[in-house]
Amino acid sequence: MQFILALFGALGARVNGAITRLGFASRFILAVLRLSGPSFVRFTLTIREIYFAGVMSLVIISVSGLFVGMVLGLQGYDILVRYASADAVGSMVALSLLRELGPVVAALLFASRAGSAITAEIGLMKTTEQLAAMEMMAVDPIARVVAPRFWGGVISMPILAAIFSIVGIFGGYLIAVILIGVDEGAFWSQMQAAVDLGSDVGNGFIKSFVFGIAVTWIAVFEGYDAPPTAEGVSGATTRTVVWSALAILGLDFILTALMFRGA
Amino acid sequence: MAEEPVVSLQNVSFGYDRTRLVLSDISLVVPRGKLVALMGGSGCGKTTILRLLGGVMRPTSGSARVFGCDMTTIRVAELYGLRRRMGMLFQFGALFTDLSVFDNVAFPMRERTDLPESIIRDLVLMKLHAVGLRGAHGLMPHQLSGGMARRVALARGIALDPQLMMYDEPFTGLDPISLAIIGQLIRRLNDALGASSIIVTHDVEESLRIVDYVYFVAEGRIIAEGTPDAVRKSAAPFVRQFVHGEADGSLPFHYPAPPYREQLMGR
Ligand SMILES: Nc1ncnc2c1ncn2[C@@H]1O[C@H](COP(=O)(O)OP(=O)(O)O)[C@@H](O)[C@H]1O
Ligand SMILES: [Mg+2]
Repeated sequence: MQFILALFGALGARVNGAITRLGFASRFILAVLRLSGPSFVRFTLTIREIYFAGVMSLVIISVSGLFVGMVLGLQGYDILVRYASADAVGSMVALSLLRELGPVVAALLFASRAGSAITAEIGLMKTTEQLAAMEMMAVDPIARVVAPRFWGGVISMPILAAIFSIVGIFGGYLIAVILIGVDEGAFWSQMQAAVDLGSDVGNGFIKSFVFGIAVTWIAVFEGYDAPPTAEGVSGATTRTVVWSALAILGLDFILTALMFRGA
Repeated sequence: MAEEPVVSLQNVSFGYDRTRLVLSDISLVVPRGKLVALMGGSGCGKTTILRLLGGVMRPTSGSARVFGCDMTTIRVAELYGLRRRMGMLFQFGALFTDLSVFDNVAFPMRERTDLPESIIRDLVLMKLHAVGLRGAHGLMPHQLSGGMARRVALARGIALDPQLMMYDEPFTGLDPISLAIIGQLIRRLNDALGASSIIVTHDVEESLRIVDYVYFVAEGRIIAEGTPDAVRKSAAPFVRQFVHGEADGSLPFHYPAPPYREQLMGR
């Protein structure tokens, strides 16, 4: 009995703690939005962060995109050839990438490459009193440090997802057309006929945009909220990756359910 | 009537939470143009006093006035205006790690003024020259020694010619030569800028050499004060212990514990 009470007590405390943190995170993102003016007026601040978040993730995104596309080419051919429709491999690769794998895998990679770096950087700036120093210079660290990183991430993410899909389609082409010998004309024309600008490209874009907001929000909040010690920052970095992955997959389900209701 | 001091705390108390007061009944003044030291052991509340003066925290009770503004009721917009007149040197410098030495010193000018870049360039080089590091303007913070980083931070702290400089343990972790250099710089910059300064430290030797007045803080209270000469001659037990670096005195060396013998005998 005692044990069960303790269990419920601990569970309640955890839920309570999680909700409190969610509240903090919401107030934090509102402050970031309110103080976003300088990120656009002085757009060089944001460009710098686009460079760090986006360009640094470019290699890992492209390489992964190529491999994922090649795997799709192999698997797609293997399955479709059983139904005598190997020509459709192009549209299968393109739809898988544009609708799902592009946004989701690119966002997962982005969280572990750029998201964790953003958390660590902001956390270290807090630990070494750089944020406090800024505040003492009458410069708001949310406006000067957090907001440009947030917008840099939000702007980079859809572009990275698009690059992932494009490179992936090229990977599928390499395997299906060059290696296996699917007819090149059929590969591209089937793809062109199957892919819809609004429901496939557009929805994929919306997904990557939403994931970008989620990942960067988690990353900047965890960094800003990290306890100002070495353990505090390393814990926050890990939490960024874990929570981002959960958020991406959860949001993907919700968005997919809303976008593709068997229409 | 005497000129109002730059900083004046009257019976200030403060706690980070309701359970424990970190500062109780602190009264101190920093007159214009003077260099005042706050000395005391680690964790006695020295940094907290600086936070109150910078408006990062607000006093729980008592009155705190900086440049004549009441820090208990000041609005955020005013506070930002007030901070333009203050400079702070953090314990380890707190240089922005992603900016070069030049950009660090230029940071407050670029953020807080509309000066054209050509003037900022000249000002930055002047500030760096004042701390002897004009030649290091192209380096990144991680390429600097501890003493150099502290001097760059000092140049950044004085970038906007503050009327009140606050130094949080500027001597910690420095070799004797860097330490003396920083000490002399603090004194010289105070007099050259016509500023007033507060220096938080537990380095007795160096600070008694350069300051005009000393407050001793222990457990959140001011327990002694005086000019450096008076402090050196003081017979008060705590001051003697602190100034002459004796391990045991009015402040015990041992954290409270049960009797040694009993504990070793396993009772
Ligand atoms: N942000 C904070 N929240 C809660 N307690 C704090 C905080 N900062 C300092 N303290 C506590 O206040 C006391 C005084 O700290 P501080 O002013 O940093 O001391 P000092 O600078 O003299 O070493 C310490 O006991 C410390 O644990
Ligand atoms: Mg301190």
